[in-house]
Amino acid sequence: MKLHEIVNSLSLEVKTPSLDLNKEVTGGYVSDLLSDVIGNSKKGNVWITLQTHQNIIAVATLRDMSGIILVNGRNPDADTLLKADEQGIPLMVSSLPAFELVGRLYSLGIRCQ
Amino acid sequence: MDNKVAEGVFFLTGKDFSNAGIASSNLKGVLEGMNVQPDIIRRTAIAAFEAEMNVIIYAVAGMMHYYITPETIRMVVKDMGSGIPDIGLAMTEGYSTAPDYIREMGFGSGMGLPNIKKNTDKLDIDSVVGGGTTLEFIIYLNKDSKGAKNETP
Repeated sequence: MKLHEIVNSLSLEVKTPSLDLNKEVTGGYVSDLLSDVIGNSKKGNVWITLQTHQNIIAVATLRDMSGIILVNGRNPDADTLLKADEQGIPLMVSSLPAFELVGRLYSLGIRCQ
Repeated sequence: MDNKVAEGVFFLTGKDFSNAGIASSNLKGVLEGMNVQPDIIRRTAIAAFEAEMNVIIYAVAGMMHYYITPETIRMVVKDMGSGIPDIGLAMTEGYSTAPDYIREMGFGSGMGLPNIKKNTDKLDIDSVVGGGTTLEFIIYLNKDSKGAKNETP
C-alpha cells in the first residue's frame, strides 16, 4: 500500500507537503522508545509515535522508514519539520490516539512486518 | 561489496541533540556507497546509532572511529564521560541510569548496549569510572563468520 492511500483513508494531516507520498509502506511499527524502534522496525515501515522531537527523523532515516505518523494531534517541533524535509521523511499527524490509529491501519491491511 | 577499504572519525558533543544521529547517518551513507549488503548496513547503523546516542546522552564528548575492510567493519567509540561502574549491570536489558528528561524523549530505556551486542559479532567495553568509556565492536562482512554473532538464539 502506498503512503498517500493511507493519508487519504485515515484523513491524516500532512506536515511535509513538499515530500513525495508515493512511497510503498511495507508494514507498521508503534513505539515511543527509540531503541525499540531502531532495533525492531523494518525498512519501509510507517512509524506511529507520540514523540515530536527532531531525533525521530534520525531514527526514521537510519531505518529507511516510509514515514512517521504522530498521534493524538501532536504537532512536530519546528526543528523536527526542518529535518523531515531535509531527510525526505514524510511526517503526518492523526487526531486519533495510538490504539485507534493502529487498529485502522491494521484494517487497511498494514501489519508489523 | 566493493573491494575497498575506508576509515574515518566523527566527533560527538554531549547533549548536542540537534546533531544526534548525523554520524550514524553519514556512516550508513559510506557503507551504501561501498555497496555493502543491506543487512550488514542495518546492523551497523543500529549499533552506531546506539553508541552515538550513549555519548550524546551520558558523556561530555567523544569520538567515533570506523575502519572498513572487505572482511570487517570495526568501530571504536571513545568518550570523555563518567564511566560505567558495573558493565554487567549496564548490559542488562531495561537497566538505565538516564534522567527523566532523557527518558521522556524515548531514550534511556536500557536497550542501547543490548542492541549493540545483538547486532555485532564482537563487542568489548572498557570503562574507567571518572575516566570515560571505550566501546569497540566488529561486524564481519563474510557470511561464513555469522556463527560468531552475539545474538542469543
